[in-house]
Amino acid sequence: MAKIVVTRVEKTVMLPLVRPGRWYWAIVGVLAAIVVWAAYAYTVQLQEGLVVTAMRDRISWGLYVSTFVFFIGISHAGTLVSAILRVTNAEWRKPITRLAEAITVFALIIGASMVIIDLGRPDRLQFIVQFGRIESPILWDFISISFYLTGSLLYLYLPLIPDLATLRDKMPARARFRRWLYTRLAARWQGLPEQRRRLERSLGAMAILIIPVAVSVHTVVSWIFGMTLRVGWHSTILGPYFVVGAIFSGIATLIIVMAAVRKLFHLEGIIKPIHFRNLGLMLLALDIVLLYFTLSEYLTASYPGETQDVAWLTLLGSGQFAPMFWWMVIGGFIVPAVFVAVTKAKSVPAVVIAAILVNIGMWIERYLIVVPTMATPQTPSVIAPYWPSWVEWSILAGAVAAFGLLLLAFCRFFPVISMWEVAEKAPTPLSEPSPIPEPPTAEVVD
Amino acid sequence: MADSSEREAFEMSRREFLRWTGLAGVAIAAAGSVPFVLAEAPEPASASPARRRRWTMLIDLRRCDGCKRCEVACRKEHNVPEGQNWLKVFTLTAASGTFFLPRPCMHCENPPCVKVCPVKATFRTEDGLVLIDEDRCIGCRYCMAACPYDVRVFNWSKPNPPEPLEVHPPDPTFGHRDHRQGVVEKCMFCAHRLKEGRLPACVEGCPMLAIYFGDANEDFVSNGYERLRLSTVLSSQQTFRYKEELGTEPRVYYLPVRR
Repeated sequence: MAKIVVTRVEKTVMLPLVRPGRWYWAIVGVLAAIVVWAAYAYTVQLQEGLVVTAMRDRISWGLYVSTFVFFIGISHAGTLVSAILRVTNAEWRKPITRLAEAITVFALIIGASMVIIDLGRPDRLQFIVQFGRIESPILWDFISISFYLTGSLLYLYLPLIPDLATLRDKMPARARFRRWLYTRLAARWQGLPEQRRRLERSLGAMAILIIPVAVSVHTVVSWIFGMTLRVGWHSTILGPYFVVGAIFSGIATLIIVMAAVRKLFHLEGIIKPIHFRNLGLMLLALDIVLLYFTLSEYLTASYPGETQDVAWLTLLGSGQFAPMFWWMVIGGFIVPAVFVAVTKAKSVPAVVIAAILVNIGMWIERYLIVVPTMATPQTPSVIAPYWPSWVEWSILAGAVAAFGLLLLAFCRFFPVISMWEVAEKAPTPLSEPSPIPEPPTAEVVD
Repeated sequence: MADSSEREAFEMSRREFLRWTGLAGVAIAAAGSVPFVLAEAPEPASASPARRRRWTMLIDLRRCDGCKRCEVACRKEHNVPEGQNWLKVFTLTAASGTFFLPRPCMHCENPPCVKVCPVKATFRTEDGLVLIDEDRCIGCRYCMAACPYDVRVFNWSKPNPPEPLEVHPPDPTFGHRDHRQGVVEKCMFCAHRLKEGRLPACVEGCPMLAIYFGDANEDFVSNGYERLRLSTVLSSQQTFRYKEELGTEPRVYYLPVRR
């Protein structure tokens, strides 16, 4: 048999597919346990009805809808990093595009599930297709999210093809299922010039197409709120505010996932401080834009002093939502900005901590868009106070865990680094071609 | 004010109201767009096809003393689940003192709830009723978020009594003895009574005769004892509609406490 040649990058990237290591299984175990717990909570909800949540007639949307907005938001990681950086030809993007694209797909799946979990009659879900009314912003959402999910899957798959061909050729013969899988998925990729040309062309087209779709997705998510007659929602700024927030939390999520994957699979040689630095600086830029939008939104609402606006802003600034609101502004926007700015984004831990703070802040931001508006009286009705129940918190934990689990499952079957794109830049073949890999027996050491 | 001269009021027996509204079911049937009504309609052949209702409520706040018997009547009529109010009497304080504002569904002509429904589970009939098809509703609660009047309520838990007591065709104009879990409900202007030519339960339940109901196309409203010419009331009295500035065009008019 011909000897199989693997480059150093390939060896590093393919190792997790063969032997992901002890930590991998430990994390999978923990996440799976959380998902099972959340599934139990959901069965309770299915049996008892939405009464097991803390939502009631006046505050009728809560944690689920907030989490839906949050996850649809982080799905913008893929578009930004991958599509925008591809369009602008930023070379440094190459080792992190795959992760960004995977985040997009899985965040969309989790986000869409949150809406289904929120339904009173999930058994009638198919009515959206069967009886859909295009006049409803929910239909706009359904259509644009479907579009975005399809596009993102394609956009994840296309750049995978050359890597799948590599895997097809270089997987050990005994991994029969893997070889079958990769052979099917690699679509007879041989790396021929014509194939390369077509791939590049379709990638270029997809990158340009996916950007407006992504922008439209978060715009229409905001329009679900913006199209109502309610204070805090009925605002023209909501669309762009949501899109910027989405890209912001998308980058933060990418930074966190990058750090985790880098540590877990020992990719320090490929995902380098420069990636954290560049993304950290982008995070800082969007942080400032978001602060600007926030100021713009709240100042415009507060200054004229309309009764409803004031009632809403009082709830946020000094009322029941004040701790969350100020945590969002200070802990979610200002502190991360300071962190990144002071360290000039040169420290990986500083960027990662900033990203974690940003994501907590952005989840709160979504919550504060949904709940305080509903908590602002619009009639003399009695409004039952809302704080999510154990079922809702469990499902939130389950959503985050499921997101991690999907990513980890992806890492088990597909290379998390775009090997061919990284190789394009700096091919580093081993001096001695070596057959692949009995994976090293050394334990994973942090 | 000598309001007897301003209102063209005359006595009207229930039988008379029945005759006035008897054509309603026929008119709904003639609309033909709502098949389940069509199926139940008596002799559509005799109907004049142009006849449309424009159901309207008029509430005289000066007469309302906040006894909430309308709430009780509504609760009884629709078997409203515990903790819900389809008709709610708000207590408001103004400079002039405390007054009461009974709030049914406004059955808006430009209903924000109908606009946003993704599956056409809530809709507006040609007679101006905003109704809910509970066999269609997916429970997304967007209509609740969109309603500026906090009218809509949701069955968060297993309703009491449990799901359908009696088998009936899926008909939003049917009276509610039963309720379904996970769907939105609200005041329906007692559509099932209108079909039979009867007044809504809250109108009959009001001991102060403060609630009038009728058809703007026929230009009358009645509280069961007296009949008013609606156009005269609207042109000669300071009526208002709740949150009129929102452009929802409510079909509920109020006569204010002080005029």
